[in-house]
Amino acid sequence: MELNHIMRQSKFTRNSLFEQGYLDEQFTQLEDLQDDANPNFVKEIVTLFFSDSTRLIRNVETALESYPLDFCKLDDYMHQFMGSSSSIGAKKVKEECTQFQECCKARNGQGCIRAFQRVKQEHATLKRKLETYFQILKQGAKTSKVE
Amino acid sequence: MNLGCGQVGNKQSMMPSSSGGSWKSGGGGGGDGGVSDQFPAGLRVLVVDDDSTCLMILEKMLRHCKYEVTKCNRAEVALSYLRENKNGFDVVISDVHMPDMDGFKLLEQIGLEMDLPVIMMSADDSKNVVMKGVTHGACDYLIKPVRIEALRNIWQHVVRKRKHEWKELDPSASADEQKPPEEPDYSSSANEGHNWKNTKRRKDEDDEADERDESSSLKKPRVVWSVELHQQFVAAVNQLGIDKAVPKKILELMNVPGLTRENVASHLQKYRLYLRRLSGSQHPGGMNTGFMGGPDAGYGSMSSLNGLDLQALAASGQLGQLPPQSLATLQAAALGRSNNSKSTISMPVMDQRNIFSFENPKSRYPEVQSQHLTNSNSSKPINLLPGIPTNIEPKQFSSLHQSGQHSLGSMNNLVLVQMGGQSQSHSQTPSQTQIHAQSNMNIHNGLRQPVMSNEMLTRGSVADMAPTVYNPVVSVSQASSLMNFSMNHKTDSCGSSYPLGGSLGMPNIPTTSTALQGDGNLDTKVSRKGIAPSYDIFNDLNQNRDWGLQDVGLTFDQSQHTIPVGLDASNPLLLQHNRSSGRDMGGQTRNFTSGKVSLSPGVDTRTHHNGSNVGQRHNTYVKTESDNDGSCHSSIYSEQYGQDDLLAAILKQQQHQGVGQAENEFVFDGYALDDLPV
Repeated sequence: MELNHIMRQSKFTRNSLFEQGYLDEQFTQLEDLQDDANPNFVKEIVTLFFSDSTRLIRNVETALESYPLDFCKLDDYMHQFMGSSSSIGAKKVKEECTQFQECCKARNGQGCIRAFQRVKQEHATLKRKLETYFQILKQGAKTSKVE
Repeated sequence: MNLGCGQVGNKQSMMPSSSGGSWKSGGGGGGDGGVSDQFPAGLRVLVVDDDSTCLMILEKMLRHCKYEVTKCNRAEVALSYLRENKNGFDVVISDVHMPDMDGFKLLEQIGLEMDLPVIMMSADDSKNVVMKGVTHGACDYLIKPVRIEALRNIWQHVVRKRKHEWKELDPSASADEQKPPEEPDYSSSANEGHNWKNTKRRKDEDDEADERDESSSLKKPRVVWSVELHQQFVAAVNQLGIDKAVPKKILELMNVPGLTRENVASHLQKYRLYLRRLSGSQHPGGMNTGFMGGPDAGYGSMSSLNGLDLQALAASGQLGQLPPQSLATLQAAALGRSNNSKSTISMPVMDQRNIFSFENPKSRYPEVQSQHLTNSNSSKPINLLPGIPTNIEPKQFSSLHQSGQHSLGSMNNLVLVQMGGQSQSHSQTPSQTQIHAQSNMNIHNGLRQPVMSNEMLTRGSVADMAPTVYNPVVSVSQASSLMNFSMNHKTDSCGSSYPLGGSLGMPNIPTTSTALQGDGNLDTKVSRKGIAPSYDIFNDLNQNRDWGLQDVGLTFDQSQHTIPVGLDASNPLLLQHNRSSGRDMGGQTRNFTSGKVSLSPGVDTRTHHNGSNVGQRHNTYVKTESDNDGSCHSSIYSEQYGQDDLLAAILKQQQHQGVGQAENEFVFDGYALDDLPV
């Protein structure tokens, strides 16, 4: 019973992530890659993403503090960020990155700073949501083992 | 699938060179030959990306595709891996933006040092970046996020590259083949393979569609230059005048919805090259018609291969209505081309063998040529392929096709046809070229898509090949390929009676064509037989060729007149009949071998894995070699058409190569093309 409940919950959580645009089809690709040999593949990838991206965010913050702003460098960082976030299907994060890049191209310093705030925000939100999701999955796995 | 171990065990055999030394553990070198069956499993991929997340994902995806993966996040490290183990990798996938080295620079380095196919990757899909990738020599460009579907077909780049390499072995061939394709590499991302239709490259139709969606913006949907479309194009060009024909105006005149200026431009380029070639060999004027049967189809992957050749082929093939002269011209051109291009037409996986058999026909028999010339003068299209009517009727092909499914594989047919079309009148070179071209086509065909379906043939490559408008030819299944062509070419004179009595079914061709029999491997031998007789045609240029190759046995008998070439698909090998009864076959055969050589390596019919030939090494090539005894067998080729010679030569080569075993040699290192999954 409890397992069913957990399963339902995890499904619900997952679907809402997609519906709300936090994740896209690429995430599904990752899920497809997961198999018995790598049962935690998705979680591993996501964890890796967040550790890499956190570092990247710090770099961007530092770059944003310098004066004058080095737009090329910022653009590069964003490009990287975009690459990895799109690889895991982090849709909203990717969208904000694109915005940031637009500001860089326009050499809009203020715009960049604002866009970056949104990037950080989406990044944090996604991280939270995915952590919750994985918790549920983990619980489900534990419960199924028990049952 | 549990690829966790990352090693796909068996693959090793794929790369013979890596045997033992394979850097990758696994399997590398194995070379147990088993790999061919598993290809592309076991493909050794090196992935370079500074982003660890992407790297990990890619690795997993590639493992899921059953490839052997090595990953690294620094370009320098990647280069050192590659240098340490020269033959340890089959393909490299690299990100564009990397901190330590620009991806394009890495691409160049790899191209220079190791000459491996390199696929670029980036989240950036802007046109200029993608263009940069193309100009720097990337085989493909993937846009991040990369989907697993995109990775499944990356093996095609390996195959393609190898094919090109083979072609390059033969210097003569390289001249033509090497011409960089005018169009960008449409091979498109590995997403799904290429749509045969669209490009000459082998593509999976279905895949291509998907691929296109996912491919970079550079890749446009390929246009299939059907016969009709080409004719429209030619008409437009003629109307404007070849000198004044600019893509924009041509596009306007053609008024085809969906056709872009770029499509026209690239097509025009090819056409111009084709014309140039033709004018070089003979009448410059005749060409407008035959430019191609489906040029794009073939050009795609083969671009370097035989873009030109194909064109020639296409030209010849497509114009059913070409006047004999033109056809001859085309043929000559094609032949000429093939000559240059080099005999090693890497036959596509498909069973290209046959195609090459014609390789040297021409050279050998000068008199034949003159005859042809004469013939052509008499406005009889000289079909290289005896029995191949110059104006092959599409119907014929289809019929051939149906009957055909012979092992020859369509490719062969294509070649044959071409040969026939190419009017022997041209000196050997043309024929050679032709063969070459054809073989190229075949190769393309074969390689392009694992499954050499008739579709492919129809698509474009075949069309290209057939001198006459063989669109249908294309469809002819590979098996009957050779024959088909011949059949369709109805030489005017002959009144196109190519009874070919279904002999195309080569496999069953009774041994009549002794000549052919040479190598057992040739599946198509049978077909040859049928063809054989027709080659005598040259002797009787009087065009009554009745190409009906009736029974496979190709009544090669000296009654040259009846060149039963019967294009009706029954004689794929039509070309093969080297029965030049009066000819000095011996010489011919000899020539074939020597001349063509090129065919074998690349051509290795192995590729014909698909469908009809799978597993069989059909070397339908007319084993001219075997018949040195002067039996018509070898002469067949030479007699009639340069094409024949070429084909024969090619076939010969194939045969020599031991078609059976040759597999490995021709195909790339580890993969026996034969077994390429269809």
